[in-house]
Amino acid sequence: MNLFDYVRPATLGEALGAAAHPGAAVLAGGTNLVDLMKAGVARPERIVDISRLPGLSEIETLEDGAIRIGALVGNAALARHPAVKAAAPAVAEAVLAGASAQLRNKASVGGNLLQATRCAYFGDPASACNRRVPGSGCDAKGGDRRGHAVLGWSDACSATNPSDLLVPLAALGAVVEIAGQDGTREVPVAEFHTLPGADGDAGGPQLRHGEIVTAVRLPADAARFAAASRYVKVRERTSFAFALVSAAAALDIEDGTIRAARLALGGVAARPWRAAEAEAALTGKAPDAAAFQAAAEAAMAQARPSAEDNAFKIALALRVAVRALTLAAKGTPERMPALPASVFAPTLSAPSPSAPSFQGTAR
Amino acid sequence: MTDMIEPVSPDTLANGSAHVRLGSNAGQPLTRADGRLKVTGRATFAADNRPDGMLYAVYVSATIARGRVTHLDVDAAKAHPGVVEVMTPANRPPLARDPDAKPHPFALKVDALQNDRVRYAGQPIALVIAETLEAAAEGAVLLAPAYAAEPARMDEATGEIFATEIAGFGNPALFEKGDVEAGLAAAARRVEARYTTPAQYHNAMEPHAIVAAWEGDRLILDMPTQAPALSTAEFASFFGIPPQNVLVRSPFIGGGFGSKAFATGPYLLAMLAARMVGRPVKMVHRRDQQFGPVGHRGATRQTLRLGAAADGRLTALDHTALSTTSSFDDFLEPAANASHNMYASPAMRMAHQGLRNDVGTPGAMRAPGEATGSAALECAMDEAAEACGMDPLAFRLANYAETDPQTGRPFSSKALRECYTAAAERFGWSGRPLAPRQMRDDEGRLVGWGMGSALFPCPMFEAEARATIHADGTGTVEISASEMGQGALTALAQIAADGLGIDGDRLDFRSGDSSLPNGGIAGGSGHTATAGSAIFTAGADAVRRLAEIAVADEASPLFGASNSGVEARGGRLHRVDDPSRSETYAAILSRAGLSSVTGEGKGARDPAAAESRAMFSHGAVFAEVTVDPDLAQIRVTRLVGAFAAGRIVNPRLATSQLTGGMIWGIGFALHEETVYDPRTGRPMNADFAGYHVPVNADVPSVEALLVEETDRHVNALGIKGVGEIGITGTVGAIANALWHATGVRVRDFPVKMETLLG
Repeated sequence: MNLFDYVRPATLGEALGAAAHPGAAVLAGGTNLVDLMKAGVARPERIVDISRLPGLSEIETLEDGAIRIGALVGNAALARHPAVKAAAPAVAEAVLAGASAQLRNKASVGGNLLQATRCAYFGDPASACNRRVPGSGCDAKGGDRRGHAVLGWSDACSATNPSDLLVPLAALGAVVEIAGQDGTREVPVAEFHTLPGADGDAGGPQLRHGEIVTAVRLPADAARFAAASRYVKVRERTSFAFALVSAAAALDIEDGTIRAARLALGGVAARPWRAAEAEAALTGKAPDAAAFQAAAEAAMAQARPSAEDNAFKIALALRVAVRALTLAAKGTPERMPALPASVFAPTLSAPSPSAPSFQGTAR
Repeated sequence: MTDMIEPVSPDTLANGSAHVRLGSNAGQPLTRADGRLKVTGRATFAADNRPDGMLYAVYVSATIARGRVTHLDVDAAKAHPGVVEVMTPANRPPLARDPDAKPHPFALKVDALQNDRVRYAGQPIALVIAETLEAAAEGAVLLAPAYAAEPARMDEATGEIFATEIAGFGNPALFEKGDVEAGLAAAARRVEARYTTPAQYHNAMEPHAIVAAWEGDRLILDMPTQAPALSTAEFASFFGIPPQNVLVRSPFIGGGFGSKAFATGPYLLAMLAARMVGRPVKMVHRRDQQFGPVGHRGATRQTLRLGAAADGRLTALDHTALSTTSSFDDFLEPAANASHNMYASPAMRMAHQGLRNDVGTPGAMRAPGEATGSAALECAMDEAAEACGMDPLAFRLANYAETDPQTGRPFSSKALRECYTAAAERFGWSGRPLAPRQMRDDEGRLVGWGMGSALFPCPMFEAEARATIHADGTGTVEISASEMGQGALTALAQIAADGLGIDGDRLDFRSGDSSLPNGGIAGGSGHTATAGSAIFTAGADAVRRLAEIAVADEASPLFGASNSGVEARGGRLHRVDDPSRSETYAAILSRAGLSSVTGEGKGARDPAAAESRAMFSHGAVFAEVTVDPDLAQIRVTRLVGAFAAGRIVNPRLATSQLTGGMIWGIGFALHEETVYDPRTGRPMNADFAGYHVPVNADVPSVEALLVEETDRHVNALGIKGVGEIGITGTVGAIANALWHATGVRVRDFPVKMETLLG
């Protein structure tokens, strides 16, 4: 690990000044940055530790009903906050489906927003990576790309964003609050990470050097979906693994008709993939299998595999979207499932005992 | 399942002394002796040591798999604050032995900077020694190696396939019995299938770690090893010093699984580094450094051909394996040998070939050969059962081996039938529909049931122990055994207390240090049997000496009894013919004016028994998997295993070992896989975010039952072994349950969801 300065500013203003240093990196929970430093992927000259900055660790409900989540709020605290659980249960479910309890205690909301891709070639300094060194090439091409993008990728980069939290946040129209020395600005979560472009441009977070994420704001509008929203996450291991594909679905259903819908997919692109076409396709429809299938197809209409080994993710994502919509339509569970976002979470009222409880039934 | 354990054995042991019996302490389900130390952080692992003046070493891992190192920026590394020294092939001190030599067939070549060649990714190519870990790590980065790289050979197309006479550690690569082709031709049903298993890396919780220090010509090593005393000779040979000049301290090992049994290149470099700088040096592997120079389970491609008569009895069993090894050494995963001893067949052929790839040399990894081979064999048996229209358990019973299929010898003991019965009953196997896709849970998910047979040999190695009875009646037993999480400290101490005829709380059990009598190796599931035999014999020897004193002492109530006329228990010697006449150890020693008596013992297989009997632990594993029919998510919702492994010294710890093995089987079936970049040969998932093993959510219900088994041949104590057998059987059971759930035969491990997505 390279030598670096360590500063712990007392105020946001001081932090912004310190973070403006050319080689500065901002440290909050450290669950991602420290790993990247140990791997030699990040080699900051200065660590600006904002983990004890005042005023960034609160969750508050604003006058207009929006929920403002401070950037230093821990993931675990976010998932158990009553206002978040009430207004945006899929956010809580997504958080609890990610990482481990220990990591969730430490990791911050702002850090989750800035979490680096888990593409193995990004994490390996010996490999060429446009995302790590713009213009250096992409060694993932020709290598293992099973987990890579099927939407919004380019020749420069096909890595995916690993976050669970961002998927429901993007679906629900959350906004990132950013502070800089020149003032503050806002960017929708769904657009916070730019997509890869041409000529070695891998895209990345829309955060200029020296800026600090101060909060994420869930609009008041999110609460209209509270009764029918779910997050579904698919991966080989039942827990403690990044999503191969995930989906957050939220429905506002009245009198058997979908008044409004929100759908975003995870694990398929360089950012949480808000599926506006699917949302439009669902509006005004009955919440049934045909509508969900059509919506999922709309969401994946532009999908194409970035490599042969991830072609299966297109069909998988379509099915995961259908599942998330189906489960959302059944209603948000009264209690968080013991296996949040898992397809093995019971969806029936009576939990299945572990002893054989089924009846042999011919298909 | 302690109720299934044999109660205190009435057997008098036929090992030279009739004074002591196993059973007062052994057989009890004690919690682990080191548990409190571990949960409070007071158990000292190698990396916890910090001798005065210690420096830190970090070795540089090659990022190519084949080629040469053309440049290392030594000046830049040395200029970094805190860096003390840089070791490269140019200045590496000489070794007394060529690391590429194989002085004995089991020796593996190691990479210790003997030249600038790179032969696998992760090979050490330089080492930086510094005042702090951070400085050493940064020095390693600053070396910025440049390479002349050649294309990595990472598959069958680019690697060389070669014939071999040896598989594993010295096992014949070919076994033939009867006429396989004729057996297949005569079969009413035939199955041929090809299975693949990937490269897997041991990844113990504790990475390889060492603190090396020289005191003149004496080498002091704090390191985790599965063979503390045994390894001294090997280490000494590299430095031209006598083995007694090497002291290895290894009180606790954070998991070994076969990776901590041998000298490795990085370990040698740390020893060299300490000599180079004249100060103690600590080196701890990063997690990614576990992928390369410390062995792994080599990838296999296996083909099974089974023929069966109309009644389901095998007419031929053909199992061939292509095992991947390195470009420069020869260890081959002996996968096909897993078919030697399981099922009766008039015609058998088990054969191996090697495949050379640019990977580190594989080695023994928990159930080497048995894990990979059993996975393929049990899947093929399931396919054959289906072809015969038979229940998988009935099919296995139809092919039950009454004698060892390989040698024709009787088994020393074999309670496999009882294992099938116990596990099937507990699991609720009866009523299982034969056809796949017949069962759903109440959420509509597909449910399938599968099973597999488990088998593992019961080797014994060689061990020595020393036992002492002190003037106060307490005992000390000394042996350089290995506590690697399996519970050896606890189980061996139970045997030791019985050997001395004292209560466990009167025993001081000393272990994990090479200056103690050689406890052999904790491997091959033979540690408890081997070290336990040495310990028990040593205790019995001490008691015999004490009895000699007592029966010759006119003042003793035991006076005049023949030596075999007394027995020991609870720290007293009793007359057999009149148990009311007894005396404490302390009183006997006190009157004799002795401060102690010491006995010695050895543990090894009786060669005559080895020649006349086939010795294996057996088991049966039943799996239930649940599969989401649309999303292909798999969960092993239940595992039930039943195992017969001779005498169980500590049922609690044995169950833990078996359960751990079964969980490993889940990982083998569904998770564990090394993903190499096909061009560079670098493992691209060399961390726990990418290299997955099961987590708690993957193992909702795992149960291991202990089936009573008395074995009078395997050794005097009747102990077999439980360390590895849990993996065998489990992998196949899960794959077979997956077929039963989905109708899809999975033949490539780990199972990926795209295989089932359709």
